[in-house]
Amino acid sequence: MKFVRSVLAITAKELRIELRTREVVVAMAFFAALVLLLFAFALVHEGRTAPDAAAGILWIVIALAGTLGLSRAFDREREGNPLAALLLAPIDRPAIYVGKLLAMLIFLALTELVTVPLVALLFDAPLLAHPIQLIALLALGSIGFAATGSLFAGALVRNRARHLLLGILLYPLVLPVLMAGVRGTQALLVLPEPDLLVLGTWTRILVLFDVAMVTLSLWVFEPLVVAE
Amino acid sequence: MTSPTLEAIRCSRIFSGQRALANTDLAFIAGQSVALLGPNGAGKSTLLGILATLVRPSTGEVRLDGQTIGSSQRSALGLAAHETLCYGDLTGRENLALFARLYSVSDRTRVDGLLDRLDLLEAADRPARSYSRGMQQRLALARALLHRPRILLLDEPFSGLDSAGVELLRAILAEERTRGTLLITITHDLGAIAGLVDRAIVLRYGRVVFDGPAPHSGDELRALYAEQARGVAT
Repeated sequence: MKFVRSVLAITAKELRIELRTREVVVAMAFFAALVLLLFAFALVHEGRTAPDAAAGILWIVIALAGTLGLSRAFDREREGNPLAALLLAPIDRPAIYVGKLLAMLIFLALTELVTVPLVALLFDAPLLAHPIQLIALLALGSIGFAATGSLFAGALVRNRARHLLLGILLYPLVLPVLMAGVRGTQALLVLPEPDLLVLGTWTRILVLFDVAMVTLSLWVFEPLVVAE
Repeated sequence: MTSPTLEAIRCSRIFSGQRALANTDLAFIAGQSVALLGPNGAGKSTLLGILATLVRPSTGEVRLDGQTIGSSQRSALGLAAHETLCYGDLTGRENLALFARLYSVSDRTRVDGLLDRLDLLEAADRPARSYSRGMQQRLALARALLHRPRILLLDEPFSGLDSAGVELLRAILAEERTRGTLLITITHDLGAIAGLVDRAIVLRYGRVVFDGPAPHSGDELRALYAEQARGVAT
């Protein structure tokens, strides 16, 4: 119970700061919209775009905006070094990771609320035709992305080159998430009915990735974050 | 003989090939008030970081009451460091309330009591970022004292404080001594700490070069420090 209380306290702290500053979600959503507009200018010709492009664009935008959000959310732990006070508290240190991860998932979900309708609109993609399957895919993909990203953003928080290193380290590792997300979303966009077999395969890959990454992160977060 | 409360056993620390602390053995007993002295780069903050479990020693270990420090034992430690260790976007009250939850402090009056004691009550609902340097230092101290730790680790606690702040901090440290708290204080302000410490440890190049009783007066403490740290630029 203490673990859960600690996680909730840290997540609530993140949300309180975000409500006050609005610097993570607004930046993520604005950046996502901007990148989507650029993609639309580049790829949409006479109201048409390459088939399946919407799925790839959606996940690229989620990854880019997510990386921006991770950087901002973990920069909060630098000014005044409050992360040290969290590490000093008599709580299981992985609770810090889970608290930050939950907050990051909420930030990603809010960004996706803006991104998904924009992708559907700009690329004429029937993304909202199967909302439950899409929400499941986005949730699983976001967990995988945020779990990996929160681990590395936490480990790099004291590093001067953290913004550069985060992208370099994160993208190769989350490639399976992005591939599964793109393929799963493409399967959803097949008309008139989604390709459930393909969707199921990629969904299972996402579940496996999420379980593996969250387990690994809980294990290695403390050794990575305590000053080496 | 009283068994030590906090021990650094053969602790060393190497940063990027540079030795910050060399094979250090130190034992601290409850109720002691220890001044950790030394020139810049002597390894004082590294030692304090290791004692606080925030820096992993390259070799050796830290023990609390004879045991390796785990999550529950960390409640015995309080740390006020160079930085505030508080969130600038949260108010002073919100910062303390957050850490009160994490430390399972059940006394609901504790947060406001500390804000009042450290003369921060009027600014309690302002973001910590807007605090002056001295106010931030007092907030850092409030956070460190919140859970009534048995061991208080202080890194330059007098820096940024005005004369009233220094007097307030001296009074609080005296109270903590009376309460039996083990105090370990890094400071270059030997006048401010004089009379509040009973043991002085001087570090030089990551090694303990003096460990003994601290003189009572500031002048004697300064003379001891100058003798032990001789030949080292400060």
